[in-house]
Amino acid sequence: MRTILYLIRKEFLQIFRDKFIGKAIFGVPIVQMLILVPAVTFEIRNVNLCVIDMDMSAESAKLINRLEGSTFFRIKFTTFSENEANQLLHRNKCDMVLQIPLGFAKNLGAGKPGRIMASVNAINAVSAQLSWAYLNGVIRDHNMNIAAENPGLFSGSAFSQTDVSNRYWYNEKLNYKYFMLPGILGILVTAIAFLLAGLNLVREKEIGTIEQINVTPIKKYQFITAKMVPFFLIGLVDLALGLLLGKLFFRIPFEGSIALLFMCSAIFMISVLGLALFISTFSSTQQQFMFVAFFFMIVFILMSGIFTPVESMPGWAQKFNLINPLTYLMRINRMVMLKGSAFGDISREICSMIVIAIAFTFIAVRRYRKTA
Amino acid sequence: MNKVIAASAIGRKFGNTRALENVSFDISESEIFGFIGPDGAGKTTLFRIITTLLLPDEGKMTIMGLDCRTGYRQLRKNIGYMPGRFSLYPDLSVEENLNFYATVFGTTVKENYDLIYDIYSHIEPFKKRLAGKLSGGMKQKLALSCALIHKPGLLVLDEPTTGVDAVSRSEFWVMLKKLRQHNITIVVSTPYMDEAMKCDRVALIQRGRLLSINQPEKIREEFGRKLFSVTAPEKFKLINALRSFPGIRTAYPFGDSVHVTFKEDEFDDSIYKHLDRMGVINARITETKAGIEDSFLELMQKE
Ligand SMILES: Nc1ncnc2c1ncn2[C@@H]1O[C@H](COP(=O)(O)OP(=O)(O)O)[C@@H](O)[C@H]1O
Ligand SMILES: [Mg+2]
Repeated sequence: MRTILYLIRKEFLQIFRDKFIGKAIFGVPIVQMLILVPAVTFEIRNVNLCVIDMDMSAESAKLINRLEGSTFFRIKFTTFSENEANQLLHRNKCDMVLQIPLGFAKNLGAGKPGRIMASVNAINAVSAQLSWAYLNGVIRDHNMNIAAENPGLFSGSAFSQTDVSNRYWYNEKLNYKYFMLPGILGILVTAIAFLLAGLNLVREKEIGTIEQINVTPIKKYQFITAKMVPFFLIGLVDLALGLLLGKLFFRIPFEGSIALLFMCSAIFMISVLGLALFISTFSSTQQQFMFVAFFFMIVFILMSGIFTPVESMPGWAQKFNLINPLTYLMRINRMVMLKGSAFGDISREICSMIVIAIAFTFIAVRRYRKTA
Repeated sequence: MNKVIAASAIGRKFGNTRALENVSFDISESEIFGFIGPDGAGKTTLFRIITTLLLPDEGKMTIMGLDCRTGYRQLRKNIGYMPGRFSLYPDLSVEENLNFYATVFGTTVKENYDLIYDIYSHIEPFKKRLAGKLSGGMKQKLALSCALIHKPGLLVLDEPTTGVDAVSRSEFWVMLKKLRQHNITIVVSTPYMDEAMKCDRVALIQRGRLLSINQPEKIREEFGRKLFSVTAPEKFKLINALRSFPGIRTAYPFGDSVHVTFKEDEFDDSIYKHLDRMGVINARITETKAGIEDSFLELMQKE
């Protein structure tokens, strides 16, 4: 134990002596929070609409009014020519064309579904999806209003409402920052625990110190523990720092238990530390490690559901995500922070993460024993 | 005398490369034992087996009475290793490096200070300096201090003087000689033939095989032929001219001169005429005593 503590002290000494890493471990969370959170947030305001109102009825005017009243849409053009509208869309003058056909009000009055047609410029798939979701949101509101004004008129809803995704329920104002920030916190601890710890391990190989260390009575578990613990602790400190910045600058709501969030991140870090150890046994230079680790990180992050909901990914991707620890962390962070989920609500995710952490560590230690 | 290392028929392969083949030797207590051989001869591989970093594929080795395969836990407490590459922490200071190795061996710098005093006192004035910022000679002294700090019974030094200036090199050997009084056995490798003379015994190693093990003086005597040194202003021309002479057995470049042996093992003075004919002017030939390198080349020739 004394040896481990001494080794940990030595690691900290080296980490903080490193001009770059010593600063980066506190610089990265600040930069990620203050720059990345707003930057990757694709909150879309002012979606430019072109409306073709063939119906010209009170009902259609109400709908258009409602769209205009929302913060997302701006009615830039109104026309009766489908051609012209398509031209506008084509020339990027507007982002979406909404067409209300003749008979819209009549159908509604008759209790039949009122049909409208929307064409979205989908060059940027994300913003298209988002505009679409916003539109659905507004129309849903509109439906509710009609339903409330005319009880008994509708048996079903006139417009598809399924596209309104669940996440907005806990983020009423569609504040994308609230959605992204818990995810960015997940990426933050990944970067610290996975990349820095792994690089540090490989560095001993690269500069040759491992040769001399191996001819000492230091045991392998002592050596590894001493390598992992500092980054584990730094990861937790960075998480705290990130949360603090989120609170101060973005007033991110924190509904759940902070202790629970830290516990989950701790479990998560054990799994990526294991993975870092595993990859380090294959790499003899920091460059090699970086290359492989980078690949893993990109895959983990993109598939984790930080940008796109996991539920809408293809089946194989969802299967892969069963062993992607970041998927669980992403979900946990959001549920705990935005929804106030308690231990019982996320116990499945926690169990999965524990299993992954044990499995990764087990495989890594086995492999490490064989190679070193 | 006690055997500190007893190796018999050690073999080790890396894929298809036979790094070591049928290597056997004994090393006695307090001996300075040198392995002399060119790059790729297998010195580092052998040292990594001695220091328990690598297991042999074949053969048996006992080190200080312990088997190299099973006794590694005990052995690692009692071996000091200085790898060929500088392998201390460049971002820790001289003092921190030394303290680090003392602590992991469960001792303190104070406890064994007398052992390292001769070496460490040279670099102690720079103890706050980062190890990465030291000169080659100072790095080497620090590495030796770190390898000695736990008072090991066996000190293994892999090419400790490669890349170190001439003054530091000779200082280094003086320090090694002094360590003998502490009953430390030293195994050292070097590509420099002149350093072989400073060992108690040397083993010549080439392509994973030991060619000869003996005291350096004896290895010189093993040469067993008359050796002549030839000099001329144009060395390259000289060597070609010598090799084209029918009576010449071997001709190897050696510093500024060429070392030659004759087939008949007697000086054949018709060689002057031959050199003249080949356009080599001012050639001078004198008899000389064989050095380790001559023996080495001779042994390689026989292989
Ligand atoms: N880890 C390794 N993998 C593959 N080949 C190796 C390895 N270590 C050494 N060798 C090979 O074994 C031979 C002996 O190398 P080495 O022991 O380093 O020689 P030396 O130290 O005398 O220069 C060389 O041919 C080298 O390429
Ligand atoms: Mg070598």
